[in-house]
Amino acid sequence: MPSALRRPDRTQRPSRCARPRLLRSALAARLAAPVALGVLVACAVLVPVASARALLPQPGASPNQSHTDSLYTVALIMGFVVFLAVEIGLIVALARFRARKDQVAAQIRGNTRLETAWTAGAVVLVTVLTVLVFIQLSVIKNPARSGPAGLALAGDAEFAALNQPAPPGGNALRIHVNGQQFVWRYDYPNGASSFETMYVPVNTTVLLDLEASDVAHQWWIPKLGGAIDAIPGYTNHTWFKISKPGVYYGQCALLCGQGHANMVAHVCAVPVDQYQTWVDTQKAAITQANKDVSDERALQTRQGGSAAAPPTAHELQLQLAEPVGPSYIPPGCNVTTAP
Amino acid sequence: MAATDTTVVLKPRPQVVAHSVPRKRLSWIEWVTGTDHKRIGILYLYLTFAFFVIGGVEALLLRVQLGAPDNTFLTPQRYNELFTLHGTTMIFLFIIPVFAGFANYVIPLMIGARDMAFPRVNAWSFWMLLFGGLVLYGSLFFNPPEASWWNFPPLSSVQYSHSGGSDAFIVAIHLIGLSSILGGINFIATIHNMRAPGMGWSRLPLFGWAMLVTSYLVVVASPALTAALLMLLTDRHYGTHFFIPSVPGSGIREGSALLYQHLFWFYSHPAVYIMVLPAFGIVSEVLPVFARKPIFGYKAIAASTVAIAFLGMLVWGHHLFTWPISTIVFAFFMISSMLIAVPTGIKLINWIATLWQGAVEFRVALMFACGLIGTFVIGGISGVMLAMFPVDWVLNDTYFLVAHIHYVLFGGSVFGVFAGLYYWFPKMSGRMLSERLGKASFWTILIGFNVTFLVQHSLGLSGMPRRVYEYPASAGWTGYNLVSTIGSFILSAGIGLTLINVVRSLRHGRVAGPDPWKGNTLEWFTPSPPPANNFDAIPRVRSVEPMQDLRRAIQRDSERVGGEAARETVSA
Repeated sequence: MPSALRRPDRTQRPSRCARPRLLRSALAARLAAPVALGVLVACAVLVPVASARALLPQPGASPNQSHTDSLYTVALIMGFVVFLAVEIGLIVALARFRARKDQVAAQIRGNTRLETAWTAGAVVLVTVLTVLVFIQLSVIKNPARSGPAGLALAGDAEFAALNQPAPPGGNALRIHVNGQQFVWRYDYPNGASSFETMYVPVNTTVLLDLEASDVAHQWWIPKLGGAIDAIPGYTNHTWFKISKPGVYYGQCALLCGQGHANMVAHVCAVPVDQYQTWVDTQKAAITQANKDVSDERALQTRQGGSAAAPPTAHELQLQLAEPVGPSYIPPGCNVTTAP
Repeated sequence: MAATDTTVVLKPRPQVVAHSVPRKRLSWIEWVTGTDHKRIGILYLYLTFAFFVIGGVEALLLRVQLGAPDNTFLTPQRYNELFTLHGTTMIFLFIIPVFAGFANYVIPLMIGARDMAFPRVNAWSFWMLLFGGLVLYGSLFFNPPEASWWNFPPLSSVQYSHSGGSDAFIVAIHLIGLSSILGGINFIATIHNMRAPGMGWSRLPLFGWAMLVTSYLVVVASPALTAALLMLLTDRHYGTHFFIPSVPGSGIREGSALLYQHLFWFYSHPAVYIMVLPAFGIVSEVLPVFARKPIFGYKAIAASTVAIAFLGMLVWGHHLFTWPISTIVFAFFMISSMLIAVPTGIKLINWIATLWQGAVEFRVALMFACGLIGTFVIGGISGVMLAMFPVDWVLNDTYFLVAHIHYVLFGGSVFGVFAGLYYWFPKMSGRMLSERLGKASFWTILIGFNVTFLVQHSLGLSGMPRRVYEYPASAGWTGYNLVSTIGSFILSAGIGLTLINVVRSLRHGRVAGPDPWKGNTLEWFTPSPPPANNFDAIPRVRSVEPMQDLRRAIQRDSERVGGEAARETVSA
């Protein structure tokens, strides 16, 4: 033990040597019970909490989320060690050096060697965390390779983004996401579109281009990786790859107005053939609906009716969007909900 | 003479009294027109605590709304207004100015000055704060702002916030910012020029260091916010488009919503340090007094304050990890943010080392200071986790972040405020606060705070975004939210106990005397409350604990005088 931390020399004090020690042991006995109780209560709370993943993010259903999860867990463990060290140091200092009769505070003003040591310790800790981030960064940030059973799509170099490399193999489904008060709109490569629920094939890398048409929004499906903002005037990028069919729930995470809480998103992952069927049907339905509307408009114009256009299919769908929770199964997504 | 006479030599208790002047009751006009730093400090404290109560009530309303799923207690609009007012009030009208209040009262006394450098500018700062608060709350009669305390475009642009709430926010923050900048200049001038003879930089009390560095941060960073809000104001009303990406119908696509974020956080991240550094300063004053031991590593703590402030100017980008910015920029901001953990860690460990081997007296001020160490560390650790940008992507804008800011701003700043209140109340009022009520208040606040905010980490991890007015029962967030709501009421009860304590003690508290704690710094040299001129004669400062030197000198004198008297008796 460095000299600075040794307890003050008590022998100099006159007589009554035995009393402080007695007093101290009595205090220790008095403190033992509450400390033990505290530890028990802490265990009783912490164990179920840890088992219920209360201190961990949602389990990943996409590789980027799984990697982030492991990074988070390492940081959590290191943080927990620091937390314990500080709390124990504080509590021990307070319990052991409580003012008692005859106690004289040591007049120490510092210890350069010790202070340098814990400064270096802190630097090492944050360096380790920084290095870990850089090691994990590429697997989190860069899109993974599509699975062999994934949707077969030609490489889309022409859409490649500067700050997001193309996935290896080039196979990916690129979906354009647009945030608007208070619904998400998705545009698929074949011209189909949908609101609120995004349909994607499993085992396929899905690249998202995010934009917003009014205020800023934030795309966040907790099981499918990190959140990312959709800002008017910018295009932002993220990706995910789902291996298990299911519905993945999320909602807009950046304040976007009074309907912010109701701007939900579902990602419905279905087998590849089912996705193909859905996207074709959707495309046909939209083409038909738009044709109906334009026919109707043409008819109205011919009859000299009002210029007010009836709502398009998209607008109708927008009006129908209603807040729904994670247990909601979107139509056409008849797969079991993700665990 | 009898032998007993030689042993009975009474040593006078070492107590220094500057002078005593009969105090008259001040009329209200003297409060309004006064420029005495102590009076202005007290006005600041009354005003900011009033806003603290208002902000707290707003928080309780928010918690009631979230206590149950699909609750209809508040409409979405009311909810958005309330969290906007809560955040704005607590940050701009409570935490930042409350330290200006403490510092106004204490800094001139601590450094042996008779007032602030610019007394009338000081009064101006206070009144600007009051008017800023009135402008913000005046909007209650029209439309309160509802775009959060960021008041960020495009949401706060005129297309999406037609009402005047946004404008009220802008004008209020302009006035408050003016107050803060003028106050900052005043503190800088005071601390640089008006220290007692002998008080070199290495003898400046650590609270003085904290306020000096904080004031520099205020002066450097606040103009960015003022500018950003001015640009927002012209965007809203005078046809500019700094932040509007496109003006419908005009074909203009030049503005950038991201620009506002940069300018806003260029101030608002340093603001976090503007809010915690003074609290750290208070802890550095309180711990050595009650541990009866000098601060461990004075230079390291002072230097870490400067380091935190310097790095704090370089980390604003960590608020933008989800915005469209390139990865290399994120890497820079991650590293700079993580580096702040080093000086902050130095402070925490040095504080514990200050307690180590001390003779710790469990007064309420010390308990709040230790409460700060114990709770702030959680906010610090979650801060490091949030600085790792891929981790931030899954935690950003969730309740995990809400928990983090409350561990920093309540666990850090507000615990410091309470430590300062219990420590300096006897000096300001001349009366002691009740220790029993204070301890009850401390434990209630500590428990209530942790019950409220610890579960919010889990809430965020299970996917609840911040600023949502409702959530469905099927989301599985009901239990955590209920716990948090219950905790918020426990926390309020604890704060209520301290308010009751203050009100009672102002009238019925035990008379404090000039130096009830046996303090280290010069404010304890004066009577409580100090006379208008503070010091009749300003003592020469020879160490960082001038009061201990003075006490020792008096002891020595009395011993010498006593000894001489004894010798005389013996010889006679």
